Amino acid sequence: MIAGWLQRYATLATTALVCLLLYIVAGSLYAGFFSPRVFVGFFADNAFLGIVAVGMTFVILSGGIDLSVGAMIGCSSIVIATLVEQAGWHPLAAVLLMLLLGALFGASMGSLIHFFTLPPFIVTLAGMFFARGMGFVVHEESIAIRHEFYPALNDLPATLASWLHLPDGGVQFVGRYLPLTAVIFLLVLAVGIYLAHWTRFGRNTYAIGGDEDSAVLMGLPVGRTKVQAYALNGFCSALAGAVYTLYTFSGNPTAGTMLELDAIAAVVIGGTLLTGGAGYVAGTLLGVLIFGIIQTAIIFDGTLSSWWTRIAIGFLVMVFILLQRLFQRTLGSARRRPS
Amino acid sequence: MKRRQGQRRSLSMPRIVWPLIALALLLLFNLFFTDGFFHIEVRDGRLYGSLIDIIDRAAPVILVSMGMTLVIATAGIDLSVGAVMAIAGALAAGLIARPEYSVLSNFDIGGSFAVALLIALLISALAGAGNGTLVTVFGVQPIVATLILMVAGRGIAQLLTSGQIVTFRHESFAYLGNGFFLGLPVTITIVVAMLLMIGLLVRRTALGLFIEAVGDNPTASRHAGVRPHFIRLFVYSLCGLLAGLAGLIAAADIQAADANNAGLYIELDAILAVVIGGTALTGGRFSLLGSVIGALLIQSITTTILSRGVPVQYTLVVKAAVVIAVCLLQSERFRLLIMHQLRRDGS
Repeated sequence: MIAGWLQRYATLATTALVCLLLYIVAGSLYAGFFSPRVFVGFFADNAFLGIVAVGMTFVILSGGIDLSVGAMIGCSSIVIATLVEQAGWHPLAAVLLMLLLGALFGASMGSLIHFFTLPPFIVTLAGMFFARGMGFVVHEESIAIRHEFYPALNDLPATLASWLHLPDGGVQFVGRYLPLTAVIFLLVLAVGIYLAHWTRFGRNTYAIGGDEDSAVLMGLPVGRTKVQAYALNGFCSALAGAVYTLYTFSGNPTAGTMLELDAIAAVVIGGTLLTGGAGYVAGTLLGVLIFGIIQTAIIFDGTLSSWWTRIAIGFLVMVFILLQRLFQRTLGSARRRPS
Repeated sequence: MKRRQGQRRSLSMPRIVWPLIALALLLLFNLFFTDGFFHIEVRDGRLYGSLIDIIDRAAPVILVSMGMTLVIATAGIDLSVGAVMAIAGALAAGLIARPEYSVLSNFDIGGSFAVALLIALLISALAGAGNGTLVTVFGVQPIVATLILMVAGRGIAQLLTSGQIVTFRHESFAYLGNGFFLGLPVTITIVVAMLLMIGLLVRRTALGLFIEAVGDNPTASRHAGVRPHFIRLFVYSLCGLLAGLAGLIAAADIQAADANNAGLYIELDAILAVVIGGTALTGGRFSLLGSVIGALLIQSITTTILSRGVPVQYTLVVKAAVVIAVCLLQSERFRLLIMHQLRRDGS
């Protein structure tokens, strides 16, 4: 048990250490990297990746995988944009509808996976085709959102702050350093951590990912929990699509291409086992931050090309996987699982 | 991936029947509703037509899905095939065209296509062997081990081409993609040759049996004298090699290496083809021919949609529906449910 505890926190601590090291190295290499604006950027610019990664953490913890999230971002963003710009809906109504559809979409994939024992990989792959295809069916090209509610929505944190009678400096601080996208990401993260560690749903998810047969024998609601995990992820990816519209003021059916890969990579770097059952939502935050730091450092550098991000992320994923294996072997705590 | 109940076979039909029925239905539909779908024309001693086109277009997916079948049969999976395709295309195109912006311009192979081909295929096989090493020596789950190369591989390919699309003019290289052999596209010859070679290798030697044994139960197979590590390493290397070959064909087809888009999402199509072909993702029994039919089915759907004038954006939606339908047909639970319903209605 102590060994298991060590193993889990060791990976989490390693991730945190790598994150910190990267930040310090990048900060000492590039002038202005330590500025608060850049730090906020890690959260604001990667908000949709982060939100999706939180949802993905639950699916992976339950022993599954979801490839449809990137496509769902594109679908969600273009549906919201079309409803707002062409059907005259209020943005809030459009977002709410999309969140509902997203959860429903996830739940139906979860049901297919659980009730017909289909492989999650294939079902969510079909989900990806479906969501991407529907996005193109709704509208083939990107649509700019010009609804006056959108700028107001983006200023929401500052409006709230002035409404709370914070001193002027406080309002300015919130307006400058707390963009709505980052706030939504942090909220989703907080809810995710709460769900994972303080609710029955979270505990069931860990149990199912650890050993589904045992979970069944213990009388846990395996089916319901799995469907809930996929529904949660569907909700998160639809929300990420809404955040994408907030971030770019547009909807785009091609948004989020290959994002599922980045989300899975962030979750793995965050120390969650892809076989399920072990990991932390907080680790996923670290994974997303590492992503953000590398990306921002490459932009700061200017001479490095963007493909170095992918190579660096791939390399980091490999290092972390090998580290996980090393911890498991030396501590001898992990059962060997057949792939 | 865990073993599920779906392994038991209640309907004793060979699994290859389902994709065959689906393909036959699709072709039948086209026979009646799509004009000229079966029309094959001879021009300059070469055959042209939708059917030929389907096989020609499906060639990369067929090649990749053959390797994927063997990997999946060992209870593994290879997500990196698309990235390997991009690397192989970038390598061969870079070595032949030697654009000055690319790092490959430092290597002079004298414009020899054979050398470029060999190097690209060798590197692809090595990439596959790298996946295999992670899976066997380090015991990493296949989906994660190959995810690494999937993420990094496209970056490496872009590194080789400096993020540009490397175009080339080379007759023998282009022949690999658009050439004709015995009146048929040369890609068909390549696919048939590879299918024959691999088919003979796995079905006329004990290798196929070993692969199924490793996928079914690695521990038991080791006790029976099979070396799971060696078998796994071999199938991952072969999968890499085939992906490399597919990458060369894809590059030859457009006479350019596009690191961003070469083989994009092909791993998904290939896995789909394997699953449609009746090979379970949990490993064990496999069907090479089934995967080929699966790949042909996927391409036929796309071609049907295109030739029927359905807006292109519906392609993906239809594909999703087909995937779910084929998976449900193969699901034991779903069949039991349907049979139960039928019996209740009958009584």
